[in-house]
Amino acid sequence: MNNLFTYTLRIADDSLILGQRLSEWCGHGPIIEEDIALTNIALDLIGQATSLLEYAAQVEDKGRNADDLAFLRFEHQYFNTQLVEQKNGDFAVTIVRQWIFDTFRLPFYEALQHSADKQLAAIAEKSLKETKYHWKHSSEWIIRMGDGTEESNKRVTDALNLLWKFSDELFYMDAVDKELISQGVAIDLETLRPAFNERIQYVLQRATLQLPDSKWKLNGGRLGRHTEHFGHLLAEMQYMQRAYPNMEW
Amino acid sequence: MVNETTIWNYLEEVPDPEVPVLSVIDLGIVRAVKVISEKEVEVTITPTYSGCPAMNYIEKNIRELLTEKGFEKITFHTVLSPAWTTDWMSEAGKEKLLAYGIAPPVNEVDKLILFGDAPVVKCPQCGSENTKMLSQFGSTACKALYQCNDCLEPFDYFKCLR
Repeated sequence: MNNLFTYTLRIADDSLILGQRLSEWCGHGPIIEEDIALTNIALDLIGQATSLLEYAAQVEDKGRNADDLAFLRFEHQYFNTQLVEQKNGDFAVTIVRQWIFDTFRLPFYEALQHSADKQLAAIAEKSLKETKYHWKHSSEWIIRMGDGTEESNKRVTDALNLLWKFSDELFYMDAVDKELISQGVAIDLETLRPAFNERIQYVLQRATLQLPDSKWKLNGGRLGRHTEHFGHLLAEMQYMQRAYPNMEW
Repeated sequence: MVNETTIWNYLEEVPDPEVPVLSVIDLGIVRAVKVISEKEVEVTITPTYSGCPAMNYIEKNIRELLTEKGFEKITFHTVLSPAWTTDWMSEAGKEKLLAYGIAPPVNEVDKLILFGDAPVVKCPQCGSENTKMLSQFGSTACKALYQCNDCLEPFDYFKCLR
């Protein structure tokens, strides 16, 4: 498979699937402001996914469009990290998932906006401005919950214990990345770790929280291997196209 | 012969679907126009936010207007770079926003500062600076929700994007 296509799809799928997950909060937020915040973030992510999928379709050049890529692939053909497909859980789980992702996306987009690939650079430049809002929102909630009540501290600690093992996959790289890194297109994700770790610690300290002791790490999403929750997400996301193939608005 | 200035003037008549007091020119989302012939024109636009659902309507509205003006082939290009920021909004646009009851964007501190003071935004109803942010996210991607502590009116703030 075309490496640039796979690389673009991996970024796109993270945005698409997390956007889909967040949209499940629509009408269910704990307070109206958060209902609106989570769905605003979902909208930004789905917008970013649209730009990325349009570009992936153009790179692939096989007659598929962004909608085909979003709605007509099978589970093993999605390359998002397992982190973003995890269930919403309670508000703490949603925020911890978002915070780990935003903390990765900040340095990632900062680097990608200088990519030799002009379209990926343009999408990154645009998306970075939105990601700053997202990171501020999720980080402030981590601090409020961690340094809040006994109950909120317990919830956010449980969420960290549940999700931290998925964070390392954000840094997964293989032959796809290696070739594109040598062309100045892809980002060497190892170079982002210091900035990522620094931001994680900055927020955790203020939140009076600590990372779990466990060194257990999960991955496989970048190769199309997903957790059991993902099939259920796709069943809902792809419902219209499965029930009414090729339907259009 | 229709020239590019004529097209820019025509586009002043196309409102933003979510903030109808602003034209697409006030918003700064039309980047370029190119007259190819008397019947053919190219328009380059840029989104405010990646997921802005108004972009499709804006394209449709521009197409309708230019069709009415006699163009038969209208081609759109979307560019993302340089990324749109609120600095692209015209001064006239900011004044129209205020008159409409939406506080226009003000200079904001770095968004990566956690729990920093929210920007001081004047109430579009009574002009007081004694206002508070209720939510960083509002009714559309480009707005935040504020409330005035003096006249107590809640209001939208078109938030600064940089």
